[in-house]
Amino acid sequence: MNTPNDLLYAKTHEWLRLDKDSATVGITDHAQSELSDVVYIELPKPGRKVAAGEVIATVESVKAASDIYSPVSGEVTEANTALHSDPGLVNREPYGQGWLFRLKPDQPKPTGLLSPSDYTATLPH
Amino acid sequence: MSPIAHSPLAACHLALGARMISFAGWNLPVEYGGLLAEHKATRHAAGLFDISHMGQIHARGKGTLQALESLLANDPAKLKDGEGHYTFLLNHQGGVIDDLFLYRLDPEHFLLVVNASRHDEDLQVLTASGKKGVSFTGAPGSAAGMALQGPKSGSILSGLCHADRDNPAPPARNRIAQYRIAGREAYIAATGYTGENGFEIFTDLSAGPVIWNTIMEAGKSDGLLPCGLGSRDSLRLEAGFPLNGQDLSPEITPMEAGLGFFVDLSRPRSFPGRSVLEQQKKNGPSRICVGLQGQPGQPPPRHDYPVFQGDRKIGVITSGVPSPTLGHGIALALITTPAPACGQDLEFEVRGRRVPVKVCPRRFIPKK
Repeated sequence: MNTPNDLLYAKTHEWLRLDKDSATVGITDHAQSELSDVVYIELPKPGRKVAAGEVIATVESVKAASDIYSPVSGEVTEANTALHSDPGLVNREPYGQGWLFRLKPDQPKPTGLLSPSDYTATLPH
Repeated sequence: MSPIAHSPLAACHLALGARMISFAGWNLPVEYGGLLAEHKATRHAAGLFDISHMGQIHARGKGTLQALESLLANDPAKLKDGEGHYTFLLNHQGGVIDDLFLYRLDPEHFLLVVNASRHDEDLQVLTASGKKGVSFTGAPGSAAGMALQGPKSGSILSGLCHADRDNPAPPARNRIAQYRIAGREAYIAATGYTGENGFEIFTDLSAGPVIWNTIMEAGKSDGLLPCGLGSRDSLRLEAGFPLNGQDLSPEITPMEAGLGFFVDLSRPRSFPGRSVLEQQKKNGPSRICVGLQGQPGQPPPRHDYPVFQGDRKIGVITSGVPSPTLGHGIALALITTPAPACGQDLEFEVRGRRVPVKVCPRRFIPKK
């Protein structure tokens, strides 16, 4: 499984990329692989305030609908609308074009998230 | 709970890199390389499924036919040697204990292929009926089974059984015969759960992996893929086939499920639930299973989502999936009668939002 070194991770298999006062969120390679073929994604609207650990999006594969949790508290600034026409981006580029949404975190330093090595240690071997 | 059972084909799945899940007490492959690829392979070429979890119950003895006539909803007396049909084991309220395939191997030997989740209960109900002159045998995990499905399944199987001098061609639809395949004995039946032409192969524990590997090798050049429970579910729903525990249950009768065709009320003999089914046939059931089709780009329908006509809740989705073949959601729903006709607009609710669907026939893809 691919687990990039420059990201933070949630136990619930989301990743977070910090860029000044903006954070981009997606699901990990492990998560997309577990879900397999993603066919539908429900994304939050910009302006929505969300608490860390709150359900913020839904990713549906042929098999099942899976909740996505916000790794941090903040206000949603942008959703990746390209996923509406091509939800498979989440499978093909989970850390790139398959990102889910951006938010402005309430805290400059996120807490309770995992380092790449700590996240990798949570995965089945 | 009994411990998790392992398929006799477990080593084959491991070698093929399967992702395993627990289903009805069994550890089984949910997918190998990807559900969509497996679904498409079965529609356009062929797929091989492990169905060793399906119970194989043998009924033997001079009283077998008579016993089954008074236990099952379709009439076993209609079957000739080597023929099979779909039927039900019902409770006294007409609800479905199990839906199963019944094969007549000879006048005193029938094979019942039953759902894994109901195997113990089926055996208990059949045995407790106290019918004379018949014995029911077949413990869970005592046999191997696999299903070869798809348009190429006939040619793949022909190549393997043509060395069998007694039985050189695969069986015709709904027929079963004993074959020698990959040097091992097996019953092969022309049935399936995918909406494609195909075969189910029943054999003993040690022959299972031998036959599985031989078929995988023989089908390679035709695009045969090993397929898991994930694609088995999306394929069966596209064909409109019910899943016991979702679309069928002890609270749902075959008439409500729209499967009255497989209940024979024309014969004199009584069987459990018969009077309830006669009433429902005469007056119509109070709810009925319908097909629902969604639109591309909408959230897919799923099991247990409520169904609305305007503000009124009129039913519930029993099975739903984003159809890989059609590119939109499809579902079976149990709806209060009189049910809206095909083409009518309904909605289901998901995550607090209403999603439009249309009533449609329960078979979502053309019959093969």
